Amino acid sequence: MDIQIRNIHKGFGSFPALAGVDLDIHSGELIALLGPSGSGKTTLLRTIAGLEYPDAGQILFGGEDTVALPVQQRRVGFVFQHYALFRHMTILENVAFGLRVRPRSERPSDSAIKKKAAELLDLVQLGGLEKRYPSQLSGGQRQRVALARALAIEPRVLLLDEPFGALDAKVRKDLRRWLRELHDKTGYTTVFVTHDQEEALELADRVVVMSRGRIEQVGSTDEVYENPATPFVFDFMGNTNILPGNVRGKEVFVQGTPSSIASTTLHEPGPVDIYVRPIDLRVADPGIPSFEAEILSTQRTGPVVRCEARAIESGVTLEIELPHLHFDVPLLKPSARVQLRLTNFSVFPKGTPITRQALPDVVSNAPAEYRERGRAG
Amino acid sequence: MTASNPMLDHTLQDPPKLPFEPLIQKNAVITEARWVRRSLTAAALIFLLGFLLLPLISVFVEALRNGIGAYFDAIVEEDALAAIKLTMTVSLIAVPLNVVFGVTAAWAITKHSFRFKQLLITLIDLPFSVSPVVSGLIYVLIFGAQGWAGPWLMAHDIKILFAVPGIVLATIFVTFPFVARELIPLMQAQGTDDEQAALSLGANGWQVFWRVTIPNIRWGLLYGVLLCNARAMGEFGAVSVVSGHIRGLTNTMPLHVEILYNEYNFSAAFAVASLLAMLALLTLGLKSLLEWRHGEELAATRKH
Repeated sequence: MDIQIRNIHKGFGSFPALAGVDLDIHSGELIALLGPSGSGKTTLLRTIAGLEYPDAGQILFGGEDTVALPVQQRRVGFVFQHYALFRHMTILENVAFGLRVRPRSERPSDSAIKKKAAELLDLVQLGGLEKRYPSQLSGGQRQRVALARALAIEPRVLLLDEPFGALDAKVRKDLRRWLRELHDKTGYTTVFVTHDQEEALELADRVVVMSRGRIEQVGSTDEVYENPATPFVFDFMGNTNILPGNVRGKEVFVQGTPSSIASTTLHEPGPVDIYVRPIDLRVADPGIPSFEAEILSTQRTGPVVRCEARAIESGVTLEIELPHLHFDVPLLKPSARVQLRLTNFSVFPKGTPITRQALPDVVSNAPAEYRERGRAG
Repeated sequence: MTASNPMLDHTLQDPPKLPFEPLIQKNAVITEARWVRRSLTAAALIFLLGFLLLPLISVFVEALRNGIGAYFDAIVEEDALAAIKLTMTVSLIAVPLNVVFGVTAAWAITKHSFRFKQLLITLIDLPFSVSPVVSGLIYVLIFGAQGWAGPWLMAHDIKILFAVPGIVLATIFVTFPFVARELIPLMQAQGTDDEQAALSLGANGWQVFWRVTIPNIRWGLLYGVLLCNARAMGEFGAVSVVSGHIRGLTNTMPLHVEILYNEYNFSAAFAVASLLAMLALLTLGLKSLLEWRHGEELAATRKH
């Protein structure tokens, strides 16, 4: 089901959690809402579900405005961060709940409900555990039950709030892969919230990067990672070095270098900040546009070698990361002088603030009643 | 698409089975020397014996002093039976009403947000902090002959004070916090995620309440009902003020015990008191059973 979000505003007291959000979600898409805490991603998800009412704006499910529809009538599958399984019911009954609460005229027979629930448990590979209670399951298994329960109502959209938040690293990784498989198999339009850029990039078709209640960028994982629209997005996607420089037409100069690097896009001429990731800095061969830097320290941390350097001309301290067997590694000895080149970078007007500084958490800034909910959750 | 290998998929793993209790329970650092532990335990036991068990035993001993026949005579005596009946009636009215009030209040406080919430929480505690005698006097001030509503009630020939309605009202007032106090922390800890999940699955408010909220709090609720009932049957102070002590009419069991005692009819007084003591024991037993059963259920869910 296509979902269109039009200019959604939502405030908690005087705190604007969503300040004008527009987003188109295509049918069958797996989309990630990514951002630091307080960026409004969970509020946006809950607004789509109907668990929060927006102050202004529209949410269209296949062209139908749903803002006035209560959550019961939206038919959304919502999976909570802590699963919210009904602890007094077996997992079969948990999955069957959405069918059992239907009005009598629409409710399938008892045997049909049980059959459907058992099928869904098979789908999430928990067949045979029907009689267990949620407390008898591991975190990963509970997450699967929560998903099966949400799928039972054949939702128009599947919404997952930090689906990996409460799990161990290994379980998290497997669940990610499994979720992708399940999505490919079932084809439900799916939106999930995460603060982990790696998760978003690995799992989603498209990533929505949010900050301070606004969308900073929407794009495929490649677009968001390779062509960040704002310094915030660049910084949120990974570690960042900022080099001062200049731009003339399509030519980019790192401060103090006569030779230019070709940029694919045209920039306003003038001073700029060149954003480059530690992994995109390499030792340059002679004749290639480069800048000089002095190595300050080198540290091996398992698969990567991390190196601190200072650009001679601008005095900026840089971080360099190399795979541990890379042939540049022997050159990066402390106090050595090397020529560095940029394999990939982004250019932003000078002095654009990253505004990374996370807003106060929604929870701590919201009125008392929201705080309580936050704590309970 | 390749199906993931369930042997390697960590999301399919059962929760780990730990062969031992949490380490903290065996933590040697916080364990004192044996003689310290023994003397502390002994001190606690002696205290319990002297202050709780001995009086309880003496109630039964005194009650049976004149033989089992006198004991039963004291209980089936007309006024005593009336007192027992009245006590039953009062708690049969007060406890269900307090269950309704308590659940409603706890539900409103924990699942919704509104202004003056804190004030409501404080008000619920009021009966605990006010002396029961004062609680009774409040009703005298309202419904008594010199009270606000007294003249009107007299004009319409409605009896509240020194009659069953007054006793019921005083009992409700005094026992109000038990159910609500039991439920509020429980429901606060549980949060509203379950309710939101049920709503998103299409349940209406009524279904959410009966199928999700109530089952989640059932043990706490039962616990609260037990405590509420014990207090409703045993309440003395507030009831004493509003009852008027009319024998066979407005005397509850605790009041009847007092009257018998003041008349130096000790064995009868203790006989009726032993009924109250048995009620207390029954409540304790049920409470332990509940904790044990509930604990067993929890253990069973872990054992699997």
